[in-house]
Amino acid sequence: MESKKYLDDITEIKALMTRSSRFISLSGLSGILAGLYAITGAILAYIFVMPESGEYVTLHSYKFRYLIAILLAVAALSIITAFLLTTRKAKKNKEAIWDMTTRNLLVNFLIPLLTGGIYIIIKLNSQHYGLTASLMLIFYGLALVNASKYTLGNVKYLGYSEIILGLICAALPGYGLLFWVAGFGILHIIYGSMVYFLEEKK
Amino acid sequence: MGLIDNINKLFDHRIRLGIMSILMVNEYVDFNGLKELLNVTDGNLASHTKTLENAEYIKIEKSFIGKKPNTKYAITPLGRKAFQKHINALEQIIKQHG
Repeated sequence: MESKKYLDDITEIKALMTRSSRFISLSGLSGILAGLYAITGAILAYIFVMPESGEYVTLHSYKFRYLIAILLAVAALSIITAFLLTTRKAKKNKEAIWDMTTRNLLVNFLIPLLTGGIYIIIKLNSQHYGLTASLMLIFYGLALVNASKYTLGNVKYLGYSEIILGLICAALPGYGLLFWVAGFGILHIIYGSMVYFLEEKK
Repeated sequence: MGLIDNINKLFDHRIRLGIMSILMVNEYVDFNGLKELLNVTDGNLASHTKTLENAEYIKIEKSFIGKKPNTKYAITPLGRKAFQKHINALEQIIKQHG
């Protein structure tokens, strides 16, 4: 009888440690959708923006502006979707959407991501386009790994995969768009489906 | 005897056990944070944090955010050691009776 009480105590300790330090309501469905947005964006970019052979995309050309617009649209849609679906899931789990845990999660995610973003913009301004896809993948991967200690699940493995993909991409110049699709499209869909079917459908 | 001696009477209470669990894995947590996580009333929480503070297991840091007073709680090295010992004792007992 006594030992039953001690078992309850241990269970309670573990539950509180998890609930107070990790945000568990990241939505798998939003990962799948983010992947689909990325692939759609890449197809649009491929059709409308890809330079013809011999043509160069410069910072001031209309093609470059289209590309930036597509990128921003993919990012904005993904963030809005993630926010809406995660809020919904948090409500269902009775978890606070804005507390210390989510603040830690967000800050730790944004530090590598913003560093990378600014770095890429600086590089673009000095006409270094070649490594953009690789840098996006690497810094995004680092952001995921850094944030993973504040959430459950296997976000860190998604992060490792993005980093590895980014490094391979850096070694194979000319295939940026393909790697970008693999990292932001396919990996998101695989990871999102795993979370969705393994955890949310339980 | 033996194992039971390592059970800390101070942690033999749901709310105090909860406060310690939360502070073990967070650098600091403020009063409202603890209140939400543990689902307790102000008065109830205050009396239990006081008990733990008197045992020097947690420390309290008062500050102001604008004009609002803000109370932050953190675990002390002594509290961390004591709670770890308590968890080990619980696990040992469960293993033996398992």
